[in-house]
Amino acid sequence: MAEAVREFTAIGTRPIRPDGVEKVTGKANFGADFSLPGMLYGKVLRSPYAHARVKGIDLSEAKAMEGVFSVITSADFPKENPSDMSCNILAREKVLYHGHALAAVAARSQSIAEEAINSIKVEYEVLQPVLSADAALAEDAPLVDENLRTNGDESFMPSNVAATVHYERGDVDKGFEKADYIVEEEYRIPSAHQGYIEPHACVADVNEKGRASVWCCTQGAFEVRNYISEVLQKKISDIKVTPSEIGGGFGGKTVVYVEPVAVRLSELAGRPVKMVMNREEVFRATGPCSATVCRVKVGANKDGIITAAKAWMAYEAGAFPGSPVTPGCMSIFAPYDLKNFVIDGLDVLVNKPKVAAYRAPGAPQSMHAMESAVDELARKLNMDPIDLRLKNAADEGTEAPYGPKYPAIGLVECLKAAKVHPNYVNKPAKDVGRGVAVGFWFNIGMQSSAEIWVAPNGAVTIMEGSPDIGGSRASMCLMAAETLGIPYDSINAVIGDTESTGFCNLTGGSRTTFATGLAVVRACEDVIAECKRRAAMTWDLDTEQVDWENGFAVPRPGVNIEAEPLSFAELAKTAGRTGGPLVGRASVNAQGAGACFSVNWTDVTVDRDTGKVDVQAFTAVQDAGRAIHPSYVEGQMQGGAVQGIGWALNEEYIYDDNGVLENASFLDYRIPVASDVPMIDCQIVEVPNPSHPYGVRGVGETPIVAPLAATANAVREVLGFRINDLPMSPPRVLEALDNAS
Amino acid sequence: MSKVHVELNVNGQPEEVLCEPQQSLLDLLRDELHLTGTKEGCGTGDCGACTVLMDERLVCSCLVLAPEANGKKVVTVEGIADQNGLHVVQQKLLEHAALQCGVCTPGFVVAAKALLDKNPDPDETTIRYWLAGNLCRCTGYDKIIRAVQDAAQELKATTTS
Amino acid sequence: MARVVFPSNLMNYTNGISEVEVSCSTFRELVRQLNNLYPGIGDDLRKSAVAIDGQIYQDAWFEKIGPTSEVFFMQRIEGG
Repeated sequence: MAEAVREFTAIGTRPIRPDGVEKVTGKANFGADFSLPGMLYGKVLRSPYAHARVKGIDLSEAKAMEGVFSVITSADFPKENPSDMSCNILAREKVLYHGHALAAVAARSQSIAEEAINSIKVEYEVLQPVLSADAALAEDAPLVDENLRTNGDESFMPSNVAATVHYERGDVDKGFEKADYIVEEEYRIPSAHQGYIEPHACVADVNEKGRASVWCCTQGAFEVRNYISEVLQKKISDIKVTPSEIGGGFGGKTVVYVEPVAVRLSELAGRPVKMVMNREEVFRATGPCSATVCRVKVGANKDGIITAAKAWMAYEAGAFPGSPVTPGCMSIFAPYDLKNFVIDGLDVLVNKPKVAAYRAPGAPQSMHAMESAVDELARKLNMDPIDLRLKNAADEGTEAPYGPKYPAIGLVECLKAAKVHPNYVNKPAKDVGRGVAVGFWFNIGMQSSAEIWVAPNGAVTIMEGSPDIGGSRASMCLMAAETLGIPYDSINAVIGDTESTGFCNLTGGSRTTFATGLAVVRACEDVIAECKRRAAMTWDLDTEQVDWENGFAVPRPGVNIEAEPLSFAELAKTAGRTGGPLVGRASVNAQGAGACFSVNWTDVTVDRDTGKVDVQAFTAVQDAGRAIHPSYVEGQMQGGAVQGIGWALNEEYIYDDNGVLENASFLDYRIPVASDVPMIDCQIVEVPNPSHPYGVRGVGETPIVAPLAATANAVREVLGFRINDLPMSPPRVLEALDNAS
Repeated sequence: MSKVHVELNVNGQPEEVLCEPQQSLLDLLRDELHLTGTKEGCGTGDCGACTVLMDERLVCSCLVLAPEANGKKVVTVEGIADQNGLHVVQQKLLEHAALQCGVCTPGFVVAAKALLDKNPDPDETTIRYWLAGNLCRCTGYDKIIRAVQDAAQELKATTTS
Repeated sequence: MARVVFPSNLMNYTNGISEVEVSCSTFRELVRQLNNLYPGIGDDLRKSAVAIDGQIYQDAWFEKIGPTSEVFFMQRIEGG
């Protein structure tokens, strides 16, 4: 693995994360690990139908049961103008998917809670479910929401299309006239689940004055506070949320399911309530990501210049509006400098769980379509797929398909690095197919706060609000060590609750190392300013006459004074005499997150008897801007690659005709295991982001984008024909082989 | 429903618990003994987050009924490190940054240690198949496999020197 | 005059017009002017992300806009 040239002391090193020991010894507390005295157990009743009107709910037996303390339905939530989230957490007039929650109980034990749930009688009027985008778009389709009008336009008739998205530039018809080769295909991808290993879990405790304390696993404690406030119409100041360690999220823990329910149950019971989803509930009622249909038409002239591109895509939103079709549309052509294109997208309601964000939400599906089509173009042109992409690659100054000109981006650098990478130069053996694809994600900044507290011995505590989902504490400590000029080992990072640190948006959008990192750097600079002020006082100088160098306050060159440099530790030790403890703080709304590009390629074999695809090798090249802790950057690249491989080869939501998910377990929804995949080779490219003091770009989401098409293109190479739809699971591959012969 | 009396040894300590007959060993460990290091990811034996050793055999503690553990010796993630500090597997997982969220890590620690106790010199394929019962969604397994390989090397070096 | 471009979801305010030229010096001023031009668009503009000369802001307010600036309103990106 190539290392970037090092110009830093701490940044770019690979120390052990500060929370590591707790995590390898079982001492770290995750969502389900928290308990309170007198705690009750909450359980949810879920719909056995994908689409039904709720005619009546009889709770009497449950309420009368010994050991049951509270029973609720949506009638116990505020009645006016419920948000989609509220209706998703507890159904109102209709249940909209199989597994949709519609009542909940809190009881002394889990078994009593379960018994109480089973005693609830619901009268349903079963309705015909809408189970795919095709069915939802049909003229006589049943309506998931009878009041939904496309784009909120009252002049339209109600439909299942919540929104339309459109982008265009130039003249596609003329562009296609100039094309010597055209590829036009349709690609379908079913829903996949984020598949975090830790199910959703929380404990809620509401006191006699209505103040709620909530402990939960989430990507953002402040967002949970907002959601509870919105759903229950409770004052923000009456809600305190403490984030536990989080056992994976990938976007799936950016929203809430059980937290407001637990709060309401606790409020009525007068006792703390714990709710832990089981795996089946996680599959049936949380996540997943959109199932999609994408049609792409791309044309290129004989020199390999793409002259026009056209895309149409439908993204299933689940039972409520809000699929990531917009980022799907914005990302599909993002790697290319296109003069002529049209992109149309639809956000489509179906009777399936409301989709949640999943790592680069929307991009893997649409970019799988484009990257597959570009691969076919390369074949028609008889051109190396990296060369074809280099000819059309977006670079600094290129107008992105969604409008603005790109600032410095690293796509061309990644493509060039890939082209000369030994894993690419070495051609695959016979019967081994290689596929290449590029990935992209926007990245976001948003709001973060950080405080720095300095102990008298010079030890530093960073207090921040970004749940650490992949080693971000280590990155925060490295940036603080670099900025302050002190050893990494003297710094610890703590994730605060909503009352012990300033507001912080969630861990997501690849923003944590970039935005919270920026806040940490600024807070360190605040401490440095104070250190310089104290040193200046000590030396009878003005603050402007003092510099900060590698952890020492020194008189600025030219200042005529005999003074020993004052170390950070010395300044911390004497802080009591010089004005009190050293603290620093900063808050940011970080802008200019900087787009992140990648290039992936994989070598695969296909067993023609079983239809099983084996990934023999996988290489990921990605622009990190600057890798703060390279091991955790590689970790994102490797983890994203394997999630993408899983999506490409095996993972899918399989529904029966009634809209019942047939594979709601890790046995039947099979995510990759250790023996399914090879080592994932990584090369980090560093094209620094000008908007961050150390050049950081987010790296967390881009890695899942390219593996879908890279794998599909590799399978295409082995088979000699393309399987357009994912996943390329053994039954699909066998069927394709049968059809081909 | 009358409770069942279970006596077992957990991480070297004798324990006595009254539990419900349908309760799992996982629930016994987490709810009765408050050893929450062992995690529940699925409850159906598919994810390996609840992996413990029972009489030196790897089991998914969610699939073992608590009464079945009567008279057994159970080792959980809390029993892997000793007074000398972290086990080499734990240390190598940290050095290789082989965990991201860390919720699957307890299961990997127990399973990887059991592998090295049995087979001090496993090749990559052996490690991958041995750990195939432990799901990790964050790392793509690369760094976990390397950490176990490195741990095996280090164990070999310390036993031969 | 700065060039201002709207995404399709905002064009119901602008009678389908996708581009206008506006003379202003800050983002806040731009939104005020556009809201005068297309009543009601202001709230949605404030909820949008915006790219000013290539730099993407999820929340802009005081940002400077020059006479040759290019301003693209975009849907906000959320992450996973």
